[in-house]
Amino acid sequence: MSDESALLREPWIDFGRQREAGKFGIWVFLASETLFFGALLLTYTACRIEHPDAFAAAGRETNVWYGTINTAVLLTSSLTMAVAAQAAEEAARLRRLVLACLIITAMLGLAFIVIKGFEYKEDIDKHLVPGAGFALPQPGAQLFYGFYWLVTGVHAIHLSIGIGLVSRLIWVLYRRELPAKDNPEIEVTALYWHLVDIVWIFLYPLIYLPGRAS
Amino acid sequence: MTDALLAGELPLPQRPDYLRHGSTIRSWLATTDHKRIAILYAVTITIFFFMGGAAITAVRLELFQPNGWLLTSDTYNKLFSFHGIIMVWFFLVPSIPNTFGNFLLPLMIGAPDVAFPRLNLFSWYLTIAAGAFTVYALVAGGVDTGWTFYTPYSSMFSNTHVFAAAAGVFVVGFASIATGVNFIATTHMLRAPGMTWFRLPLFVWAIYATSLIMVLATPVLAISLLLVIAERVFGLPIFDPARGGDPILFQHLFWFYSHPAVYIMVLPAMGVVSEIIPCFARRRIFGYDFMVYAMLAIAGIGFFVWGHHMFVSGQSPLASLVFSFLSFIIAVPSAIKVFNWTASLYRGQISFDSPMLYALGFVGLFTTGGLSGLFLASIPVDIHVTDTYFVVAHFHYIMVGGSVSAFFAGLHFWWPKVTGRLYPESWAKFAAILMYAGFNMTFLPQFFAGYLGMPRRYHTYPAEFQIYNVMSSAGAAVLALAYLLPLGYLTWSLFYGGKAARNPWGATGLEWTTSSPPPPKNFDRQPRVDRAPYDYHAEGMSAGTDPPEMQNARETR
Repeated sequence: MSDESALLREPWIDFGRQREAGKFGIWVFLASETLFFGALLLTYTACRIEHPDAFAAAGRETNVWYGTINTAVLLTSSLTMAVAAQAAEEAARLRRLVLACLIITAMLGLAFIVIKGFEYKEDIDKHLVPGAGFALPQPGAQLFYGFYWLVTGVHAIHLSIGIGLVSRLIWVLYRRELPAKDNPEIEVTALYWHLVDIVWIFLYPLIYLPGRAS
Repeated sequence: MTDALLAGELPLPQRPDYLRHGSTIRSWLATTDHKRIAILYAVTITIFFFMGGAAITAVRLELFQPNGWLLTSDTYNKLFSFHGIIMVWFFLVPSIPNTFGNFLLPLMIGAPDVAFPRLNLFSWYLTIAAGAFTVYALVAGGVDTGWTFYTPYSSMFSNTHVFAAAAGVFVVGFASIATGVNFIATTHMLRAPGMTWFRLPLFVWAIYATSLIMVLATPVLAISLLLVIAERVFGLPIFDPARGGDPILFQHLFWFYSHPAVYIMVLPAMGVVSEIIPCFARRRIFGYDFMVYAMLAIAGIGFFVWGHHMFVSGQSPLASLVFSFLSFIIAVPSAIKVFNWTASLYRGQISFDSPMLYALGFVGLFTTGGLSGLFLASIPVDIHVTDTYFVVAHFHYIMVGGSVSAFFAGLHFWWPKVTGRLYPESWAKFAAILMYAGFNMTFLPQFFAGYLGMPRRYHTYPAEFQIYNVMSSAGAAVLALAYLLPLGYLTWSLFYGGKAARNPWGATGLEWTTSSPPPPKNFDRQPRVDRAPYDYHAEGMSAGTDPPEMQNARETR
């Protein structure tokens, strides 16, 4: 009960209702984000239908190892985030588990960004940035890489925001400013984190697999 | 209950009202009170409105003469672009939702605040940041792309400050999404006991439907602007056909947002008018359920008509036919609303107070704009008038005639509640009539000029069109006066206006049951709702006699 009064915010008088509203709000936001990435994927689809061969050729130039390792990293972070959210709902004595899982989640998120940085460096060295001196001859290949840079960049920004949110949670929970048990912020952050990894689940086949399947 | 109580002369409330609850700058800039945030928005968008108005004043002056006597073509392009960008994204889109919506939504559903008060304040700061980007674009030299940022012009050829302007619109889009999320959660989670969905005032329904559009359409606009920025700044070839890109793709993405955006402007306006007409006709709104379904239908169908902006872009004839059909369909719920307002007026005890005059003006202008929209939904007529002043007149009737008239209607209706002051009614009536006259004088000639072939966006034109342009510019001067008048007498009323009672219009609705101006948490105790909205025949409100509050308000003037 004392936990709940520490977590209760204006204008709510009922903690259960506040928690429900937070969850509802983040779902509405996620619907909005879906449209955001949906428009990007639509752009990709339209371009790929126009230039299937160029997209296959460009897809073969990506480094599938970086992509696959990053997929594994991000999915593992999704697991630790889910464990943190579940543990926070279960019992107050699981506070250390919640903290540990959040820390691992943030580290894995950071690892993803670092690996992506190495991949970006390789792409730049291979002249895969659209513009003068682009490595591939087909016009559609530039389009593929335009999409690649844009969408991985937008995804990395979303992930960085996620790392910031998780780090903030670690900070307030570590200093015991807010209780870990039943803290709706953990649940809301977890939902956001899962959005970021689900988006990657769509991006991985679109970026790394064209031209490799056949 | 004595007459004195009804007249609002209650003993002083325990707490100061929201306006006097703290007077430091910090108490305003760090507030989470939805009413104060509404005031912050009101001040901000008023500034934007007059900035956009100043730009178009120069444009209308230029068009007095056929041969370009005042501005260079370059300056002209930058001025009408600035006018469009500011007016669409910084005035029309946030005007009613972020001011009246913020102020009234919690009051109307009996809540102490919106669901996420800090997000609400954050959204205002985003709007300010976005405005700074856009104004920077103007000060640094301007943008000449028009408000639509059409590619490939905006991404490859224009050498103006497209990046700053597009970034401004991108950021204000996030403010819009945040507000939409907040309003949807508030409507779902914070309704007072007894406030069921079909007891919600129509204004709340309108804001709810608008929020759905904001949340679902704005991200697509954000992406299309991001793509323009990516192509312009980083050279990614998304829209450049020479490097495999698709120049039409931008128009599809842009109008997928920007057609629904018209309903972001007009649905809240419909909500305002649906509050005012029953109040001043002393009748329950006709067909409440149909009004709700019509608004949801407009919000839904609005997502499927974007292609009517592209009849001449080279999209397939089949796509054009489908979009034409869907565009006719959306006229049906719009017409339902107009018929229901008319039916609500029928045999009503109509009093022509200033909010009612503005609201009736809305119905007239919206109907004209809507009917001219049917012309544009027909492919052959559309091809004839594409990119002429006919289109300019049409969307100004809807967006300005509709949205701005309703904004002023709401401003006059809720002014006593928001400020606790009464304004001089005769001035307000004069301004309402002047606005209607000035508006028609400005935009009606543009229908004729456009139909006869005068293209939009040109600063010179053949002499035969001069008569229409002179009429239009003269009308714009009248309209400008009509916009300046309320600024004068409403400011005057803040200092010298009579004190407003709780419910000066004798209206129904929870917002009128709290004091004027309301206390910080809106209600002294949690309201309960036990009747349908617009219950103008309940006890004490029988047709034929004004409730005492109403008589009091009229005597005060």
